[in-house]
Amino acid sequence: MVTIKNSLLALLCERPHYGYELRQEFESRTGSTWPLNIGQVYTTLDRLQRDGLVESSAGDAEGRKVWHVTPTGRDVAAGWLARPITRPAPSRDELAMKLAIAASLDDVDVPEIIQAQREATARMLQDLTRTKAAGGDPASPHELAWLLVVDSMIFQAEAEIRWLDHSEQRLSDAAGRRHSRGRIAGADSEEGAPNPTAITPRKGER
Amino acid sequence: MSDQQLLRLDGVSMHYGVGATAVVALAGVDLTVDRGELVAIMGASGSGKSTLLTIAGGLTKPTGGEVIVDGRWLSELDPRQLAALRRRTLGFVFQDFNLVPALTALENVSLPLELDGWKTSKARRAARDALGVVDLADRANHYPDDLSGGQQQRVAIARAVVGGRSLILADEPTGALDSTTGELVLRMLRHRVDAGAGGILVTHDPRHAAWADRIIFLRDGRVVGSSESETVDTLARP
Repeated sequence: MVTIKNSLLALLCERPHYGYELRQEFESRTGSTWPLNIGQVYTTLDRLQRDGLVESSAGDAEGRKVWHVTPTGRDVAAGWLARPITRPAPSRDELAMKLAIAASLDDVDVPEIIQAQREATARMLQDLTRTKAAGGDPASPHELAWLLVVDSMIFQAEAEIRWLDHSEQRLSDAAGRRHSRGRIAGADSEEGAPNPTAITPRKGER
Repeated sequence: MSDQQLLRLDGVSMHYGVGATAVVALAGVDLTVDRGELVAIMGASGSGKSTLLTIAGGLTKPTGGEVIVDGRWLSELDPRQLAALRRRTLGFVFQDFNLVPALTALENVSLPLELDGWKTSKARRAARDALGVVDLADRANHYPDDLSGGQQQRVAIARAVVGGRSLILADEPTGALDSTTGELVLRMLRHRVDAGAGGILVTHDPRHAAWADRIIFLRDGRVVGSSESETVDTLARP
């Protein structure tokens, strides 16, 4: 995997490592969030060597090889760090698809679907936050690496909730427009005064 | 109600106006907060979350339902008793800190105790302890203007819990703070709650609400859902 390849290469720019050492460094610096098996490390190193990005010295007494980065490898690693990552084209996001379909169906309570998802995502966000709160000194290097990774998950979950809030608002605005189009302007007193906070379509209203 | 329960709202409603022009801010909300529990209230603007907080704090009288704070029914208290309950049991934290600019951090924190009749020396001692808890012992003699936003909010948290006040009511306490400072303030709030206080946190920010044990979602003055944190960590610790 390209990400692993580049990460290992970047670590080797700092200093040469044995293979098992490299795996340890990778795991501790990414907060042990993505465990790596040793076979993966050696396969990756073999490929890097094939491409001329790393070299290995002859094994020591116990037959362990020390891996060094080549000048080309150094350039590749520097390029990876400097270049913004490009995400693959959006996958078929199940949630976005479900919401779009639900909004087009007549007998579906979309606010309820949104609320159920909001609760599930909020729970995940709480669990991540709880895990974070239980952590050690945020200033220690290992904890810091881990916090960076956890925060990225926290912000993704937050983004999903914000998107749900936004979608709910958008749907209720649309429902409100449809609703008022069906009435004579100003003649909206048949249900008593409008409730300024009642902006959400309820079951059966549409 | 159990000793653990610091706050209970029973069918609390809030209507403004009557008849055809009535506006419903809250429609029969039930809510409890135990000691050691932080409950976040989320909802869009106008969902009733701030109204709920002022009712829980005895600042607004609901048009229906009952509010029970630390075993006392607010509807049975006269204004003097209610004011005393607010001074002794409740602590408020606002978005804009609400510190008195002419008083030092220490004086701001000891003020509610002194108003409650504590001797100055005793009140100041308690205030110093409370500032220590939010890591601001060394800023005790600074005026609010000489403190950063995060430090001012920590002073406000110290003021909210000083003298054994047990229920913290926070309205968007991180609204005026940058992201990492806001997180520090929430960590402190969390610690105070873990140490035995109870708290309500009103926020529109899901990342901040996630510091709570329970999140209550309000819409149009009604509770439409809640989310409770699991005790199991979902993410392996290194």
